[in-house]
Formats: sequence, structure tokens, C-alpha cells
Amino acid sequence: MAHHEHAAEHAHHDEKPAGIMRWLTTTNHKDIGTMYLVFSLAMFLIGGLMALVIRAELFQPGLQFVDPGFFNQMTTMHALVMVFGAVMPATVGLANWMIPMQIGAPDMALPRMNLFSFWLLFFAFMLLLSTLFLPGGAPAAGWTLYPPLVLQTGDAFPVAVFAVHLMGASSIMGSINVIVTIMNMRAPGMTLLKMPLFSWSWLITAYLLIAVMPVLAGGVTMLLTDHFFATSFFNPAGGGDPVLFQHIFWFFGHPEVYIMILPAFGIVSEIVQTFSRKPIFGYEAMVYAIASIAFLSFIVWAHHMFTVGMPLAGQMFFTLSTMLIAIPTGVKVFNWTATLWRGSISFEPPMLFAIAFLFLFTIGGFSGLMLAIAPADFQYHDTYFVVAHFHYVLVPGAVFAIMAAVYYWLPKWTGHMYDMKLANIHFWMSTIFVNVLFFPQHFLGLAGMPRRIPDYATQFSDWNMVSSIGAFGFGLSQLLFVYIILKAAKGGAKATAGVWEHPADFPAGLEWTVPSPAPYHTFETAPEVK
Amino acid sequence: MTDRERQKRRSNARLAGRLLLMAAGSFAFGYALVPLYDVFCEVTGIGSRDRLTQAAVVEAFGPDVSRTVVVEFVSSTPGTGDWEFHPNVASMEVHPGQLYETTFHARNLTGREIIGQAVPSVSPARAARYFQKTECFCFTPQHFETDEVKDMPVRFIVGRDLPTGVDRLTLSYSFFDSGRFARQGAADNG
Ligand code: HEM
Ligand SMILES: [Cu+2]
Repeated sequence: MAHHEHAAEHAHHDEKPAGIMRWLTTTNHKDIGTMYLVFSLAMFLIGGLMALVIRAELFQPGLQFVDPGFFNQMTTMHALVMVFGAVMPATVGLANWMIPMQIGAPDMALPRMNLFSFWLLFFAFMLLLSTLFLPGGAPAAGWTLYPPLVLQTGDAFPVAVFAVHLMGASSIMGSINVIVTIMNMRAPGMTLLKMPLFSWSWLITAYLLIAVMPVLAGGVTMLLTDHFFATSFFNPAGGGDPVLFQHIFWFFGHPEVYIMILPAFGIVSEIVQTFSRKPIFGYEAMVYAIASIAFLSFIVWAHHMFTVGMPLAGQMFFTLSTMLIAIPTGVKVFNWTATLWRGSISFEPPMLFAIAFLFLFTIGGFSGLMLAIAPADFQYHDTYFVVAHFHYVLVPGAVFAIMAAVYYWLPKWTGHMYDMKLANIHFWMSTIFVNVLFFPQHFLGLAGMPRRIPDYATQFSDWNMVSSIGAFGFGLSQLLFVYIILKAAKGGAKATAGVWEHPADFPAGLEWTVPSPAPYHTFETAPEVK
Repeated sequence: MTDRERQKRRSNARLAGRLLLMAAGSFAFGYALVPLYDVFCEVTGIGSRDRLTQAAVVEAFGPDVSRTVVVEFVSSTPGTGDWEFHPNVASMEVHPGQLYETTFHARNLTGREIIGQAVPSVSPARAARYFQKTECFCFTPQHFETDEVKDMPVRFIVGRDLPTGVDRLTLSYSFFDSGRFARQGAADNG
């Protein structure tokens, strides 16, 4: 490349359109990453508000604030917004920001498609949220969209299905982008097995997404044609079977939970090694563990359906294959712990969140193992025990890892250190309240309280009240999170290129070699990795 | 744009194309799950689309009078509106290998003409494949005039190779409004 041509191009690149046009037309991976992250934060707050409607209603037995139909809309929309609007876009935003910088690429491989997939997602959520105002209200059959109940949705039904299609298309494009970037755009010398674990976890996540999002798209399309075109995939009157939908949904659904947690594994691995000042214990084992979890996630789906009436052999198969996942997961927890062992540990906010993740995600893994035992699941299924299980893996699991990532990389994005004291307060409030919120739900579930109901028998009152108090405490703590981010975006102590201490012999990503804030364009000429 | 960059772009596009194909393959796989599910149900004998068709094989040997099995009858009308639909006898004691007949009572109270489809299910699931119907009102959609009453017959044999240990079977029918699925010739099947 001729030298002056490069310089001219560079100068041209650096001027970005001002104001709103910048955000509508940018193909810069950092801008798009920021848009994903801001979008995700907004959805986290909206989904959180819906959760608070649910917890307010459940504060006491009886019907207080909302009617049962609206209550069901809230549980359904809360889950859809959190899964597809908050957690997934947050990890996509992190991928956009960090993967090119970690592997020494100038941008994502397909920048225009990148922009397109963000706006597709945005539009999908405007559609989905608009269903709240349609006749018949928003979808209310649960995020699992089981027929025949879901076919009773009002005008919202086709809109919600279309929104799911768009979200799916958006995540598939995002995944294609991640894979092409990682496979084709790594700096010379950045071999796959030198790649930071966050990038690794996303590479595998992207393949999972490409494998299962289209299956969900197919499933909801079948719902659509059953509803409008008299097909009978799921309608027994025409020879179909509603249980078929559950298989299709969970063939997508179980890998989906790993789509949410694998990037979290990557984040935690990087943070644990940075703040233990020791390279991750068993790097290659970590890679293989992620890959085997991803593979196993395809053969366990029916553990969500033990109670539909499946043959004994089926129950045994799905119990055992599910338990098998505990092995690679155990390898990961072991390796994180071994990395801490004799490390010189310090407890900055990212590390606090990562350590809380270690403990609390593991609790969620254990309750998962309990649910995987088919005969036991007949008691636990569709109770608050399941609610407690998946919230432990998703909130102090996936969401805490995302918060850890924000505290880890925020100085790299903004160039400013954030307010450590406030971040510590945010951590302790979140951690205490998340347990007040979800731990009692184990007790409620074991005692038999069903999920997805607006009212309950009075013997469940006390723990529900505790749980609701935890919910409001957790919700309020997140306002602090927003404030800390805004404050750091405005100003603060200048961050160095490394931000944190990275020992010399350390397998850290290349993002720490560029100044903070990261310049608009990085690695236009590929760095050399030794 | 330099040659290297152009080459890189081409290889990016190629890989993206392949991944897009993979996504298309996954979409097709989602639909392939539908027939796969039928095959699976068939193999395990827990039911299949065939349950709406007549048993092909009729028991060649005589009844096994040394065994008595209770067959219970259950009915439900999910989302069909106002109907009377119930078995005329609640249960029967039968010998494996012998042909029996019973009837279900139905009355259309919906206030309009309707085409109904009964969908059978047998439990326990592991015994389902041994329960064979040689004639059933569920083989064809049933046409009902407003307020029409019918007694609808079903003839069945419990297979002689019914696993020992099963001494009680439940045959349940759900009756659906199937106007939109009605197959050809349904209307004159009254
Ligand atoms: C050792 C790991 C895990 C095991 C053994 C496990 C097992 C299970 C089982 C058996 C169920 C079904 C319970 C029932 O409906 O009766 C379930 C539900 C669920 N799990 Fe897990 N799980 C594990 C990890 C995870 C992870 C990592 C996530 C997400 C980050 C997750 C999210 C969920 C969700 C969302 C549900 C409920 C879905 C619904 O019915 O709405 N699980 N899990
Ligand atoms: Cu699962």
C-alpha cells in the first residue's frame, strides 16, 4: 500500500459525520459496539421495570395492582426483552468493540452488514414493544411461546413473530461477522490458540447462533402458518402435535442459554487472570471445555420436557447427557479457581463481579443438576425452583459478567477511570440484593409455588415479600450503574493504555497496547504478534 | 484498494456466503424435525399421525381368555365450544385378541353446523402400539347439523402381545372443531 495513499485514506476516515447522522451511517466497529451496548442498557432498564411490575404484584397474596392477563404479558415480555434485548445485544456490543482490538484487526470484516444488523435489531424491538398497545395486548403465553396458548394472542401475534424473525436475522448476521472477522482478520502471528478467551468464546457462540436461531425462526413460522393458513404442525385436529413445538423450541432454547453464558465465561476468564496477575490456568482446556459445552448443548434439550410423557429411555438419556455438561463446566470452575490460587489478587470492581460470578453461577449450575434428575423434576418443574435456577445462571451469571466487562473495559472506551467507590457500592448492593431476590425462590419452589401466576396461597407470603424487597433493591442499584457509566463518559482521571497491570509474560489481548480512549481507528496497519 | 485488500474482501465474502448457507441449512433442519418427530414417535410407538388411520393388521389368533384387561374411556372437548361428548360406557373388561365395540355419544350444541375431528390417545404410552382400532369415528371428520345427536362406534382389539404388567389402558378422545382442516369428502360422511 502506497504510503501517502494510506495517510490520505486515514485522514479521510477520521472525520465522522456530526450528530445523529454519525450514528445512523457509521460502520465503525466501536460506534456500532457503543450503540449495541447503549441499546442493551436501555432494554435492561425496560425489562427491569416489567420485572418490578411482577414483583410488586407478588409482594402480597391476592390481586393488587394488575389484572392477571396483564401480569402474563409482563412475564412474557420481561423474558423476551431480557434475553433478546438485554443479554444478547450486550455480548454482541462487547464483541464489536473488543474482538477487532483483541486480535489486531482494523474493523469487523463486514462493516455494512454490521450496521444493518444493529438497526434490524432496533426495529425488531420497536415492533415487539409496540405490541403492548395493540388490541389484545402483548404476547402473554410465556417466552417459550407454547401452542395452543400462544395462538390465542390478539393482534400482537403476527407482529411478535415478525419481531422474532428480525431478531434472528440480526443475530445471524452478527455471528457471520464475528466468525469472518476471527477467521480472516487476525493480525500476523495471532494464531487461534493465542487468541484471548473472550474472542474464543464468541467464535463458538457465533457457530451456536447460526445453528439454532434459524430453527427458532422455523418454529415460529410454523406457529404463524398454523394460525393463518390452516397448516397443522401443532394442531391435533389436523393431525399435528403441540409437543412437537416444545421439541423445536428447546432444540433452539437450550443452546440459547449457552449463547448467553459462553461469552460470560470468556469475560470472566480474562478478568480472573488480570487481577490474579497470573495467566489463566489451563488455557487450552478452557477452549476445549467451551467447545464441548457447545456440542453437548445440542443433545440435552428435552430436559425441559420431562413431564410431557416421554419413554423411560428418553428420560434416562436426557438426564445423563445433561449431567455430562457438568463435567466441562466443572473444568472451567476448577481452572478459574486454580488461576486464583497463589495469585496476587486485587479486588477492583471487575474482579469483584467476576468472583461473585464464580460463586453464584455455580449455585445455578447445582440447581440445574437437581432439575436434570428426571424423577425429581416432576416435582420441581414449573415451580419457582426453576425460576430461581435460571435467574442464578442468568443474573449473577451472565449479567454480572457483562457488568464485570463494562468495568473492565470502560476506561478503554472512554479514556477515563470511573468512580471506584461508587462502583464498589454498586457491586455490594447488587450482590446482596440479587441473593435476597432469588435465593428465597428456591424455598418457594420446593414448597410447591407454581411459576407464571399473579396470586398464590398464603403460606408463600413471607418469602415472596422478601423476594420483592430484594427486587426493588436490585432495581434501584442499577440506577447507580447508569450514573457511574455516564459520569465516566463525561470525565474522570485519565486512564493509561494498559488501564490495569499486565505482567510482561502475559497472554493479554492487543486492546491493551493501544491508548485509552481507543482511537477511532486502531490497527490500520496490522501489528506483529510474537 | 490494493490487491491484498481486494483478495481479503473476496475471501471474506466467500466465508460469509458459506456461513449464510449454513444458516439456511439450519432453517431447513428445523422443518426436517417435523417428519423426524413422526419417525421417532413411530419407532417408539408413542403415537403418530397414523393414529387417525385404520389398523392394517387384524389379529390372526383367537382371544387370550386367560388375560383380562380393563379399558377405560375418556373424552374431552378442548376449545370446541358447546358440546356433549362422552363415552356411553366408562370402561370395559376385555380379553386380548378379541374384537370389541363401544360407542361415544356426541351432540352439537354450538348452534351451527360443524365438522369435528376426534383425536385418540392411548396411555400408558408403552401400551399404545398394542391398541388397534379396526373402525373408529376418528378415521374421518364427522359432520354435524345444528343440534344433531349421534352415537359413534369404535371397534378395537387389544393385541395379544400386550406387555404383561399392563392390566389397564385408557383410550381418550379429544374432539376438535376441524372445519378448517376438513379433508375431501368429509361433508357427506355424516
Ligand atoms: C450445569 C448446567 C445446567 C443444568 C444442568 C441445567 C438444567 C436445567 C433444567 C433441567 C431445566 C428445566 C427445568 C424445568 O423446567 O423443570 C433448566 C431450565 C432453565 N435453565 Fe438451566 N441448566 C444449566 C445451566 C443453565 C445456564 C448456563 C443457563 C443460562 C445462562 C440456564 C438457563 C435456564 C433457563 C432460562 C431455564 C428455564 C426455561 C423455561 O422454562 O422458561 N441453565 N435448566
Ligand atoms: Cu436446558
